[in-house]
Amino acid sequence: MATWTPDPSFYPSPRMAMQAPPERLAYVAMLNTDTDARPDALGVVDVDPGSSGYGRIISRLDMPNVGDELHHFGWNACSSALCPYAPHPHVERRYLIVPGLRSSRIHIVDTKADPAHPKIAKVIEPEQLAARANYSRPHTLHCGPEGIYVSALGNGGGNGGGPGGVFLIDHETFDVLGQWEIDRGPQFLSYDVWWHLGQDTMITSEWGTPDMIEDGLNPELLLGAKYGRRVHFWDLHRRRHRQTIDLGPEYQLALELRPAHDPTKAHGFMNAVVNLKDLSSSIWLWHRDGEQWAMRKVIDIPAEPADPDQLPPILKGFKAVPPLVTDIDLSLDDRWLYVSCWGTGEMQRYDVSDPFRPKLTGSVRLGGIVGRSRHPSAEGDLNGGPQMVEVSRDGKRVYFTNSLYRSWDEQFYPEGIKSWMVKLDASPEGGLSIDERFFLRFDDGFRGHQIRLEGGDASSDSYCYP
Amino acid sequence: MSDAWQWLALIGLGAFHGVNPAMGWLFAVALGLQEGRRGAVVKALPPIALGHALSVLMVVISFTMVQLVIPPDLLKPATVTVLIGLGGYRLVRGYRHRVRVGMRTGFAGLALWSFLMASAHGAGLMILPLLLGMLAPAQLMALSLCGPGAEMTGMIAALGSAAAGLAVVLVHMAAMLVVIAIVGLVVFETVGLGILRRGWVNFDLVWAGALIGTGIGLLLLR
Repeated sequence: MATWTPDPSFYPSPRMAMQAPPERLAYVAMLNTDTDARPDALGVVDVDPGSSGYGRIISRLDMPNVGDELHHFGWNACSSALCPYAPHPHVERRYLIVPGLRSSRIHIVDTKADPAHPKIAKVIEPEQLAARANYSRPHTLHCGPEGIYVSALGNGGGNGGGPGGVFLIDHETFDVLGQWEIDRGPQFLSYDVWWHLGQDTMITSEWGTPDMIEDGLNPELLLGAKYGRRVHFWDLHRRRHRQTIDLGPEYQLALELRPAHDPTKAHGFMNAVVNLKDLSSSIWLWHRDGEQWAMRKVIDIPAEPADPDQLPPILKGFKAVPPLVTDIDLSLDDRWLYVSCWGTGEMQRYDVSDPFRPKLTGSVRLGGIVGRSRHPSAEGDLNGGPQMVEVSRDGKRVYFTNSLYRSWDEQFYPEGIKSWMVKLDASPEGGLSIDERFFLRFDDGFRGHQIRLEGGDASSDSYCYP
Repeated sequence: MSDAWQWLALIGLGAFHGVNPAMGWLFAVALGLQEGRRGAVVKALPPIALGHALSVLMVVISFTMVQLVIPPDLLKPATVTVLIGLGGYRLVRGYRHRVRVGMRTGFAGLALWSFLMASAHGAGLMILPLLLGMLAPAQLMALSLCGPGAEMTGMIAALGSAAAGLAVVLVHMAAMLVVIAIVGLVVFETVGLGILRRGWVNFDLVWAGALIGTGIGLLLLR
């Protein structure tokens, strides 16, 4: 598996990654809502504008079992392999590591022989994950300095409880190496994980334990402020908890973490999905403050008033549609932040050149609980809303899908989400426009979730050099 | 092998170790880029060279002690076995990096990191064949310094070995330091990081090959 020179898709710096050739393929996690009958799948989408299959699924890899709930996934190796203190640059970006969020089964998918028709190379069973790392419900994963880092929402006891945390998988043998934490401090709820390699700092966020989320968003837990609202800072190398920042009880669901890609910059962004007082969503900036980390809210996105007749039961009493910012993505030049408003059906683009003062520069509406905004190339209203968003390495193309998480989909879109994937063009000046040639409707029964781009994207690689 | 050739070979090995990005020049470049100044590159070099030298020194000390107690006719086959064994192991198993040192480390951290990297790669082992050829002459030289009539005792042999070992470590370190300084500064100043993508050949394979090659070379050397 070792190569003679580094994988050509590894880049020392984000600047060099931005000069990379554009992606031709995208991989999409596809959740099958007819779970008893058919397994979930990994879809391969043609994203080459010069190809006759542009904007269409060209192949589908079915998982070997039913009921996985494919969600997030990522590569076995990436640009962080060029980092100086733990260099292993002759591994290949070859395998997609695709966890089942509900089944805790992890699929190792080989894309090398034929990138358009990947094959399953290995499956890690949930029992092995529980035995080796005492975790379940693998969620986010990143290729990093010691192998593949995966966050997990639940413990390995099979009771749906916590603590969740982070475990490591070897990036060549795919053995589960064990729990990452040596000292977890007060961390209990788990969700996202990423890091600042230049600061030797890992960051984790909080959603909930499996029993808090798997049957849907629990209004009692939500109003009782029981979902995650804290961000944890860790010593990446000593694997010890260092600091907790609590956003305050009204901010619920502290989810995605998007650190600056430039390793000399010590800041990043996080989204809190809902504010209990007014249903707004917010974006928070973390930054260095002396030897400590500090956080402050830099974007507030208000709820939009709505006729209760147009709202699902969970929202009728509020007479408003919340933005529900469930994903964000930061371009490789650290200049543009993309914000998915899954509730209102809006994709926003902010200029974050000054991270303390983001400026809204672009917006596109598609779907939404009330808006149902249409796509120029699709017939009829759309439901669901901008959710998992991925930005190309060069920052010119933005892809997203519209499904969040099956049981939560049904609460906010009770008629059942008809899933789609779209592409936007991002202009250098800050605007956003819909690519009319690209509207992908998933087959009935499938819902698209996270997208990964061939050769890496804005949320898959980490860099050690500016 | 003549004396001059031995020292040249030693310097060559120092250069070989130094040119491998994973032995430290890349770390120095990264720290320079992190701080945005050449001074940070320069400052990182001494601890990296020191850590490397300490790793080599450990091997040299172990070897000189071993050669005092095991019969000379076993020394060479044992060394050959260790060299080829480690090279083969690395070829099959590859390298794992579990080094708890990050980008914000200081002098001690860099030295420790360099020591661990050199040790894991078996840097000191490559020097053994040279050391093997240098010990006996050094011991004789120590004896001659004691004046006429002196006898070769364990103490004199150990002194000679220590002097030879120290000279080997210092020369190797100096060569390695010069090379990491040149490569690190050239990459930092002019070449740029693009070299990593094209020019970073698989030193892990080269290294494993060098260990095996050294073992075979020693075997063939009379």
